[in-house]
Amino acid sequence: MIDGLGAVQDVLVVGGSSEIAHAIVAELAVKRRLRRVVLAGRSMDSTVSSMRSLMSDVDVQAMSLDLTKTGSIAATLNAGWGNGFDVVLLTAGVLPDQSRAERDPAVAVDAALVNYVGQLEAGTAAMSKFREQGRGVLVVISSVAVERPRVDNFVYGSGKVGLDYWAIGLADSVDGKAIRILVVRPGMVRTRMSRHLPEAPMTCDPSDVAKAVAKNLVRGPSTVWVPSRLRWVMATLRHLPRPIFRRLSPTGAEPSGNAADPR
Amino acid sequence: MPLELLAGWGRTAITRTELVEPTRESVANHVRSGNSLIARGLGRGYGDCAVVAGGKTVSTRQLRSLRVDGGSIEVDAGTSLEEVMKFALPQGWFVPVTPGTRFVTVGGAIAADIHGKNHHRDGTFGSHVEWIDLLLASGEIRRLTPGDRLFWATVGGMGLTGIILSARVRMTPVETARMSTVNQQVKNVDALMDMMVRADYEWRYSVAWVDTMATKGSLGRSVLSTGEHATLSDARVKGDPLAYEPRQRLTAPGFVPSGVLNKWSVRAFNEAWFRKAPRKAKKGLESITHFFHPLDGVAEWNRIYGRNGFIQYQVVVPDSHASTVPCMIETFATRQVPVFLAVLKRFGKANDGMLSFPTTGWTLAVDIPAGVDGVAGILDEMDERVVGEGGRIYLAKDSRMNPRHLASMYPRLDEFRSVRDEVDPSRRFMSNLSQRLGL
Ligand SMILES: Cc1cc2nc3c(=O)[nH]c(=O)nc-3n(C[C@H](O)[C@H](O)[C@H](O)COP(=O)(O)OP(=O)(O)OC[C@H]3O[C@@H](n4cnc5c(N)ncnc54)[C@H](O)[C@@H]3O)c2cc1C
Ligand SMILES: NC(=O)c1ccc[n+]([C@@H]2O[C@H](COP(=O)([O-])OP(=O)(O)OC[C@H]3O[C@@H](n4cnc5c(N)ncnc54)[C@H](OP(=O)(O)O)[C@@H]3O)[C@@H](O)[C@H]2O)c1
Repeated sequence: MIDGLGAVQDVLVVGGSSEIAHAIVAELAVKRRLRRVVLAGRSMDSTVSSMRSLMSDVDVQAMSLDLTKTGSIAATLNAGWGNGFDVVLLTAGVLPDQSRAERDPAVAVDAALVNYVGQLEAGTAAMSKFREQGRGVLVVISSVAVERPRVDNFVYGSGKVGLDYWAIGLADSVDGKAIRILVVRPGMVRTRMSRHLPEAPMTCDPSDVAKAVAKNLVRGPSTVWVPSRLRWVMATLRHLPRPIFRRLSPTGAEPSGNAADPR
Repeated sequence: MPLELLAGWGRTAITRTELVEPTRESVANHVRSGNSLIARGLGRGYGDCAVVAGGKTVSTRQLRSLRVDGGSIEVDAGTSLEEVMKFALPQGWFVPVTPGTRFVTVGGAIAADIHGKNHHRDGTFGSHVEWIDLLLASGEIRRLTPGDRLFWATVGGMGLTGIILSARVRMTPVETARMSTVNQQVKNVDALMDMMVRADYEWRYSVAWVDTMATKGSLGRSVLSTGEHATLSDARVKGDPLAYEPRQRLTAPGFVPSGVLNKWSVRAFNEAWFRKAPRKAKKGLESITHFFHPLDGVAEWNRIYGRNGFIQYQVVVPDSHASTVPCMIETFATRQVPVFLAVLKRFGKANDGMLSFPTTGWTLAVDIPAGVDGVAGILDEMDERVVGEGGRIYLAKDSRMNPRHLASMYPRLDEFRSVRDEVDPSRRFMSNLSQRLGL
């Protein structure tokens, strides 16, 4: 149950080893009501034990889930639903090497399955459960990459767009009180996903994303940017004429957000 | 069946539930239907006690009937205390215990085992109940008397043992529907607590409203209000002595922007309210409504807290830790928590209710807007102290306590659970509160 001051008890993380997800869980734990955290992903053993050691009073469990194995994801979620969750985090993602993803269909499809289709299945299953249990918050980690395709990451971005589009539509279809959707669009975040890339301006830390999630979990806007001023930066970039935007785009692969840097 | 959005009086943690309003004939069908369910009276519980997300919330408002029999009433559980008073006062009977609002049901009064300004003298509502007809998870209706363990699991049991259908309640005889009162300003909390200890011997009813935003020498400045039922010998009683005509004059606006209540506006309000009270003890003759239910003059006043809603934090600490009261008030004052008038009251002895809240000592209740930063941490710190001192939180008001404290606060929790498990082994009766706290 989410309590009267917005503290959360039971959380399911799809993308259980994500660094951003761990920062979010740590932030939710600050209010000291966390009771059960289920980490869903491919090999969760070490992640589960490290989280257990950080939070001795929380029941941390693993759920084995591969987002490329679509068709079986909903059943896995339903089987592990137990007494329910207050919050489901969709934090999985892969950032494929752009040039490989442009040439190797398997790489492109794998990214689409993880970034979009698999999480669509998980999110849809979670939403059915939310409707049944009459409550729940779905947090979808999108990306500023959805705002405009860029030559250096449009394969990644295409999956993100699908998930983002679905989530925004969903947010409009729910009451926003008992059932709520929070779409988070971070710029570049310092995690293993983007560590090999040059740092873009306005790059933030997982803890910044986590704070934005905690702040907007039970009330506030249903779409947030991290850092928040990226919203206005992206609004401007979105309307730049295409030739200018292309010139701003770097040629190296990058997850998002760095169009302002004309390398 | 579409699910409705529902919360408690504080309007926090809204969830969806199937709201049904059965008659006496059909209520058992809902119990047999297999869903999880919880009874709901007038929804004056502040937190999440009278709603179950995804299950059935069973409004008792079709269960209303009432008759006076000797000094007692036999009443269906959905009847409100307002309805009881309108019916019984003209016959010279007053409810044995009334909370700060008349808009609660008899079922809610028993399930939360409510207390009033007369707890030090008369105990809780449950102490005046002669029997309860309880609809169990099995569909069976059982008549419970104070000799039954299930009776004392149901009194204060927050609806988790079943649905109270009706009860027999001993009333208080009165000669008039007026209160003979004394009101006065008190300059700070230390003076107040001294006065309250004495007032308890002299007065049947006593309560203090505390300005928790005042600091330094005025820390905990308050207005002490004491009273007795006026008798016919009181020359000031004019007209029909038992006339009772409660009115609601205003309705709070439906939309209030969040943040209207901040530390400045609340401080200004508290200040004005303190100044209005007589400086020296002043005798008065007040209506029942004015004395017991001043807030009921504004319908839906809970909306002034805006869409974020608010919480009420009510704790009791034993006499041995009376000094915790000024400490708590000081914390609210120095940390600038925007608290509208806190209520301070003394409790007498506890009864046999396994989850009944009142126990001998001091009880402090504060309303706090839910959107204020830092409040969660401040209250958590207070909880640690209160639980360490043998105090507890009132479940009917709670929406945020740490479940970890439940067993220490309510030492008879296991006994409650075992009695509940006998009549509801599969835990059909549950509320958001019971799930949140693992009750
Ligand atoms: C302005 C205000 C002032 C208050 N002052 C006081 C006070 O001075 N002292 C005090 O003790 N309380 C006080 N309260 C709290 C209030 O008295 C209790 O919360 C009471 O239980 C509310 O009754 P209700 O009919 O609205 O019940 P609800 O809020 O609808 O339900 C409260 C609980 O009772 C259970 N319940 C209700 N009906 C039944 C039934 N028929 N069978 C089984 N369970 C049932 C519910 O499941 C729930 O757990 C105050 C509340 C307000 C809003
Ligand atoms: N980092 C950034 O710059 C940035 C910027 C904007 C948005 N985002 C988004 O933020 C979210 C979290 O990313 P992060 O930065 O925390 O990176 P991360 O630590 O790499 O997290 C990605 C997660 O996705 C999981 N995953 C990948 N393929 C999977 C599969 N087939 N099945 C199940 N899980 C799979 C990973 O699990 P494994 O451990 O099994 O691989 C990992 O838990 C992602 O949606 C990402 O797109 C990141």
